[in-house]
Amino acid sequence: MSDFLADKDRIFTNVYGYQPWNLDAAQKRGDWDKTKDLMARGQDAIIEEIKASGLRGRGGAGFPTGMKWSFMPKNPTPERPSFLVINADESEPGSCKDREILRHDPHKLIEGALIAGFAMRARAAYIYIRGEYIREAETMFAAVAEAYAKKLLGKNACGSGYDFDVYVHRGAGAYICGEETAMIESLEGKKGQPRLKPPFPAGAGLYGCPTTVNNVESIAVVPTILRRGAGWFSSFGRDNNKGTKLFQVSGHVNTPCVVEEAMSIPFSELIEKHCGGIRGGRDNLLAVIPGGSSVPLVPASEIWDAPMDFDGLKAVGSGLGTAAVIVMDKSTDIVRAIERLSYFYKHESCGQCTPCREGTGWMWRVMNRLRTGDADVSEIDTLYQVTKQVEGHTICALGDAAAWPIQGLLKHFRPEIERRIAERNGGMMEAAE
Amino acid sequence: MTDAPHIPDEAEVRARWGGFAWTDDNAAKAKEVIARYPAGRQRSAVMPLLDLAQRQVGAETNTQGWLPVPVIEHVAAHLDMPFMRAYEVATFYTMYNLAPVGRFHVQVCGTTPCQLRGSDDVMRACKDRGMAKGRTTADGLFTLTEVECMGNCSSAPMVQINDDNFEDLDYDRTLTILDDLAAGKSPKTGTQEPGRHTVEPVGGPTTLTAMVDANHDYRGEW
Repeated sequence: MSDFLADKDRIFTNVYGYQPWNLDAAQKRGDWDKTKDLMARGQDAIIEEIKASGLRGRGGAGFPTGMKWSFMPKNPTPERPSFLVINADESEPGSCKDREILRHDPHKLIEGALIAGFAMRARAAYIYIRGEYIREAETMFAAVAEAYAKKLLGKNACGSGYDFDVYVHRGAGAYICGEETAMIESLEGKKGQPRLKPPFPAGAGLYGCPTTVNNVESIAVVPTILRRGAGWFSSFGRDNNKGTKLFQVSGHVNTPCVVEEAMSIPFSELIEKHCGGIRGGRDNLLAVIPGGSSVPLVPASEIWDAPMDFDGLKAVGSGLGTAAVIVMDKSTDIVRAIERLSYFYKHESCGQCTPCREGTGWMWRVMNRLRTGDADVSEIDTLYQVTKQVEGHTICALGDAAAWPIQGLLKHFRPEIERRIAERNGGMMEAAE
Repeated sequence: MTDAPHIPDEAEVRARWGGFAWTDDNAAKAKEVIARYPAGRQRSAVMPLLDLAQRQVGAETNTQGWLPVPVIEHVAAHLDMPFMRAYEVATFYTMYNLAPVGRFHVQVCGTTPCQLRGSDDVMRACKDRGMAKGRTTADGLFTLTEVECMGNCSSAPMVQINDDNFEDLDYDRTLTILDDLAAGKSPKTGTQEPGRHTVEPVGGPTTLTAMVDANHDYRGEW
C-alpha cells in the first residue's frame, strides 16, 4: 500500500544531527532559500497551499493547520497585534520528535515561524520550549540570533518588507503547558492553568490578542511544503491523513528510534524497517500505545496491520496523537505500565477542575492496588465509572487523557486484572488457613 | 495538600538571602529577557528570571540552586508584580527547587517509556550510591528526584543531571556516570550506547544515510 518513503522526500534531513545545525549548514541543505519569494506569494495563497496540502496539526489533535490560520483576523492593528505561539512543550510520554527538530534542524522551525506568522498576519512568534530541554533551548536561542544577524528576522525580514520577531521562551516543568491556553497563561507569567473556551485563542489569546498555537512539527514542515507544493505533500498517506510524519518508537523493539515516514505506513512496516522488529519476535508483542500516553493501548492482534494515521488508529479504538509509539512485549507488567501513566497524570494535573484534581489521584491509587491485586473485583467497574466521570468534565483534555489509558487497559486486559485479584485473594485465604 | 512543598522562610534564610541582588552579568541578562516581551507585559519574564535567580543561588552555593523566599521577593519586585503571583509560579512548576539541592541534581525519568527500557535499574544504581528520592546525600553531592517523561523516549532510559542528559542507560553505565561526576570528571553526555550518534536506530540509520558523512543537499533529487 505505502511505498517506502525516499530520502529525497524526507523533510527533516538532519534529524539525527550528523551535520551541524547552524545557519550556514542549514542553508546548504536548502533552508532559508528564497524565503522572500515564498512570502511574495501573499498571505492568502500561502494559507490556501497549506490547506490544499492536507497538513493536520502534528501536536496530537490533528486539526487542519491551514484552516486554523484562516481563523486569524485579516486586519490586525498595532494596538492589538496577532501572535503565533509555537508549542515546543513536548512532554507527552513517548514523544521525542520536537526535540530533534529543536536541536538538529532549528532553522526549519524558525523559517516556518516567519512564513506562518506572515501568513496569519502575526507580529511575532513565541517558541515555548519545555524547561527540561535545556541544551535544545540553547541551540534555539543561538539559531534565532543567527537569523537576526543575517536579517532573516526582525525589521524587513528576509527583505520581504514584513517585520517579524521570533522569541524563545523556556518553560519550567509542567506538562499542562502543552495545552494551548495553559501555554498562553504561562507565557503571560502565570501558573499554567487552562482557560475556558470560548473565547478561542484566535479571538483572544496571548495578552488578549488574537493568537494561534501550533506544534513545532506543524510549523517546521511549512517551508518545504511551499517549496515542493501541496501536491507533493499530499501524495503521501491516505485521504484525510496526508503527508510525512516523524514517528517516535520506544519500548520493546530491537532498535528504538525517531524516523520520518509517510503517513499511513502500516505498523508492521514501521517496526520491521526501522526498529529491527519486536524484541523476541512478532509473537512476543503484547500491546502498543500508538500515539503517546494519552491514547488507549491496542492489543497486538489489532495493531499489526493498522495504518499509522489518524483514521487508521481511530478504527482500532485509539489515536495517532503525536505518533509516539510505545511498544510493549509479553514481559511487560501491563498493569504497572498503565499505573505509571496514571501517576503521571496525577502529578501533572494543574488542580483547577475538581474531577481531574481529585480523580487523577483517586484513579492512580486504585490502579496501584490493581497492580498487586489488592482489590475487590467490583472495584474494576467502579474505576471504569470514575474514568467516565472525569472524561469530558474538565476544562481541558488532561482529564480525558488520564481516563483513556485506563479505559484501554480495562477493555483489553480485564482478565489479567481479575487474575491478579483472584491470585492475591486465593493466596491470602491459604495463608489464613 | 499533604505533599505541598515546605518552603523554608526561617530567620536564617532571611539572614542569608535577604540581601540578594543580581550579579552584573545577570542584571544584564534580566534586562535582555524582559525586552522579549511587550512593554507593560514584563510579568511574562517571571519564569526566566526565577530560573536565572535559581542559577545565581546555585553559583553562590556551588549547588544547582534553589529559590529562598527573599529571592522570589526580589524577582517579584523587579517585575513590579505582587510577591504572591511570583510565589505561585515558583510552586507550580517543578523545575524551581523550593529547598536546597546538591551539586548534582540527578533526575531519573521513571515514566512508562523509560520504565519499559529499565529505569528501575537506573534508580537502583542511584540508590546503591547512597541516594534516596527527595534527599541530598550527606556529602552534599547528589540530590535524587524521580521526574516525569523528559522526552528522550527513543534513547531510554535516561537521567538528566544538571543541564545535561545521559541516555541509553543501564545499571553499570549509570554507576560509571555517577562515579565520574563524583570524581570531578565530565562524562560524555547524550547516548551511552557505543556507536550510537543520537536517536537513529542502533547499528546505523535506516534512512538518510548520505547525511552521515556529508551535509547532503537532496534538492537535486527533487
